[in-house]
Amino acid sequence: MAKNKSLGRWLISGPPLLYLLIFFAIPTLIMAFAAFRFPGDYGGLLPFIDINPESGKNELLIHAGNWQEFLTFENFSRFFEDTIYVELFIKSFWYAGITTLVCLCMSYPLAWLIARSPKKYRDLLILLVILPFWSNFLIRVYAWMIILGPQGYFAMTINQGLALVGIAPIQLMYSHFAVIVVLVYVHLPFMVLPLYANLEKHDVALLDAAQDLGASGWRRFWKITWPLSLPGVWAGSALVFIPALGMFAVPDLLGGTDGMMIGNLIKQQFLDSRDWPFGSVLSIMLTLAVLMMAGLGMMIGRGRQRNAL
Amino acid sequence: MALLEIRDVVKQFGDFTAVNHVSLSVEAGEFFTLLGPSGCGKTTLLRMLAGFEQPDSGEIILDGVNVAGVPPEKRPVHTVFQNYALFPHMTVAQNIAFPLKMANVPSEELKQRVAEVLEDVQLTPFAQRFPHEMSGGQRQRVAIARALVNRPRLLLLDEPLSALDAKLREEMQIELINLQKEVGITFVYVTHDQGEALALSHRIAVMNKGQVAQLDVPEVIYSHPKSRFVADFIGQCNLLDGTIVGIGHDRMQVEIAGVGIAETLLLPDAKVGQKGTLTLRPEKIKLAASLPLDVADEVHFKGKVHDCLYLGDVTMYVIELENGILVETMLPNSAPGRAKFFDDNDLVELAWRYDAGHFILS
Repeated sequence: MAKNKSLGRWLISGPPLLYLLIFFAIPTLIMAFAAFRFPGDYGGLLPFIDINPESGKNELLIHAGNWQEFLTFENFSRFFEDTIYVELFIKSFWYAGITTLVCLCMSYPLAWLIARSPKKYRDLLILLVILPFWSNFLIRVYAWMIILGPQGYFAMTINQGLALVGIAPIQLMYSHFAVIVVLVYVHLPFMVLPLYANLEKHDVALLDAAQDLGASGWRRFWKITWPLSLPGVWAGSALVFIPALGMFAVPDLLGGTDGMMIGNLIKQQFLDSRDWPFGSVLSIMLTLAVLMMAGLGMMIGRGRQRNAL
Repeated sequence: MALLEIRDVVKQFGDFTAVNHVSLSVEAGEFFTLLGPSGCGKTTLLRMLAGFEQPDSGEIILDGVNVAGVPPEKRPVHTVFQNYALFPHMTVAQNIAFPLKMANVPSEELKQRVAEVLEDVQLTPFAQRFPHEMSGGQRQRVAIARALVNRPRLLLLDEPLSALDAKLREEMQIELINLQKEVGITFVYVTHDQGEALALSHRIAVMNKGQVAQLDVPEVIYSHPKSRFVADFIGQCNLLDGTIVGIGHDRMQVEIAGVGIAETLLLPDAKVGQKGTLTLRPEKIKLAASLPLDVADEVHFKGKVHDCLYLGDVTMYVIELENGILVETMLPNSAPGRAKFFDDNDLVELAWRYDAGHFILS
């Protein structure tokens, strides 16, 4: 009986586990390994097995005597030698952080309103939130380029307004502003959905109880609603922060010369510079940085529990 | 001056009148119960006392102050909610400290008062637990402690024991009575459980369809229900329809159609020919194979056993009178050995004192 149960459990969890192993763990390991290798002559990696010019046969070229020609720490030292990469990391974290914060501030009231609206409208409202997913991501980004572009009504109206008070016209496109606006737009649903899922489950009786026991509106929010919504806040923040951090299409299209993020650099290494090893180093560093942040977040979360009065 | 005065309060939700011209007053230190079936308006009345609803008309005077428009957080009234509504992210101690924090009580005093009230509800060892780590009865006590800690003028309890099982409910009833005596805070208790109301309350207001059907001490509510509704709602009660056929100087004769004449207490404004209902509690009826006739002050009828329900401590006998009318009566199972005195279709005799019942004019 017990054996059957555990077999059943393996049957159910097996396929997704296998999927993760094949499509997540193995590529990550390949990438980690690639970070220690040299780039190949025409991109890719310098092969271990190739035609030996002496014998003219396909054979394993690496051996104990010459491994340094195939494996190296140079890619990592290159990352730390020039501050430009760390600076780009910090800038990307900054972009992703601002994006997350703006998404949170915009999504919280929206998710709260949807969660508190009559049950029959909730599904419709949630549908409206995810409606943008029905059109292509790039098309939506191009739409923003039209909106923010100098010939767009949005930019024209703003600049006309500025002209009235005597301020020179500003450029909205190809700026930090444009990148963050579109990053926020693209990621907003990822914040709204987990927040809504959390807020919708809140027991309204708790707010009644808090009010009955003397809590004013703001205190009810900060003492009851906000702490109880933290799992939703963390989930939404992770869902926004992590993809925003690795985003390359938006800064590519809207960032101009100054708007580059870490994602662009990684893409550049793999596609343009054909330096897979260094691209791998950048990817690994990004993964490590995100893991460290997640660990830090968990530690803070644990520290909050069960503290005294 | 009463602590709480409710004057002619009306509350409507759309076409539905939840509370219909209710007036009552509650004295300081009283354990007052609003009793009634669901939808009778008792919870709406409680929510108006807490401040969650505003009366459409009428006044609620607490401590001499009209509380109209005062929001819940500003009223010296705290509530024990039906499902406790404990804050799941706070420990027991933090839950209990919440109202004190909201009232900006200094931290030293806060700690002391939380400790005191934890002691009162015997939860001191559980201070650092979270609500989900506790049993239903313990959560209930936390909810009461949280509502009491800031010493409200009025404690409202909204069916606080309804989520507990029968055994625990009984224990909590005793605890509630003792706690109320100890803290001396006025309790307004809402329940649909008549047994609970009778056991706990100093006074009970029985509510029906938004109105107070009867307001009195438990003994009077039980033994002298003023209306058919109250008689039927509180405990087991035989309701025998009859007509007044004779009036004496302290009692009157009521004819129960097809059964006979029963003497009962005189109603002040009774007239011959008026119809009504004789209410009679099962435990006030004597039951035996034969009972002496012509005992002074006793009403005497014959019947046969229709059903027996063995309830452990007592056996309930349903007796069919001559007209097919069923009367419930009970015998305590005090004798050792045979618990059942009668079987179905046994011929039996019933008797009760003329003042055991109570005639309600319809």
